[in-house]
Amino acid sequence: MKARIHVTLKSGVLDPQGKAIEGALKGLGFDDVGEARQGKVIELTLSDTDEAAARARVEEMCRKLLANPVMENYSIELTA
Amino acid sequence: MKPSVIVFPASNCDRDAAVALEKLTGKAPHMVWHGDADLPDTDFIVLPGGFSYGDYLRSGAMAARSPVMRAVVEKAKAGTPVLGICNGFQVLTETGLLPGALLRNAGLNFVCRTVTVRVENAQSMFTSGFAKGQTVDFPVAHHDGNYFADEETLNRLEGEGRVAFRYLDNPNGSARDIAGVLNDAGNVLGLMPHPERVISPLLGGVDGVAFFKGALEAAA
Repeated sequence: MKARIHVTLKSGVLDPQGKAIEGALKGLGFDDVGEARQGKVIELTLSDTDEAAARARVEEMCRKLLANPVMENYSIELTA
Repeated sequence: MKPSVIVFPASNCDRDAAVALEKLTGKAPHMVWHGDADLPDTDFIVLPGGFSYGDYLRSGAMAARSPVMRAVVEKAKAGTPVLGICNGFQVLTETGLLPGALLRNAGLNFVCRTVTVRVENAQSMFTSGFAKGQTVDFPVAHHDGNYFADEETLNRLEGEGRVAFRYLDNPNGSARDIAGVLNDAGNVLGLMPHPERVISPLLGGVDGVAFFKGALEAAA
């Protein structure tokens, strides 16, 4: 089973890298860009075959390491 | 005194911290490798500056989960003084010993210069070498020094006198100009500036001497 974890900065947390990306896109003529926010994607290969068990394990990994709840949110996608 | 400096892969101010501690205690501190599960007999722990684990995932995130940190957290909770400088501050927030987080500098630039900070609380063991309101000059050198915490946490820190140092001219966008914070028991301090880099006029300043002298005397 594979897990894909999206980690994003919470709304309200300043994202200077997102701001720089936004500025660069506008500089390239993409005037339709409103706001850019940068996050990260972490992909894991898991030995679990049960989706509920895998989700619980990945939740625990997010809480213990992969995301910092002070500033980040996360979401988990599982695929067989 | 039996100080220790924790050494992570890509720590780069571990030697500076050791030199400062040796200058004030007269003997070399223990240098403890991050992979060690146990700490030596120690009564003052420094988490040094640097870019532990290449800042992978988040600054300080990997170091905070390294084997030796379990022992450091236990010691901190039992009252042993723990000082986190720069990357060490980031590690302390990642362990949860200090509230908040250090985000990318608001201006995106790596900031490397001397800054003036005001001593906001001279009652703590780490700031006992100073007077409240005194200003001191420490160098900063960081990319992720923008202190962030929610409003409730910031209000609590201010109300409890846990803001140890504040920037006079905020170099990184930190909330409320915060340069250093204490834990609730007062035995853990994290700060972005580097007092260990100003321990001799030859190095550009001596405000770090008063800092370490006060902290080590209070811890003794």
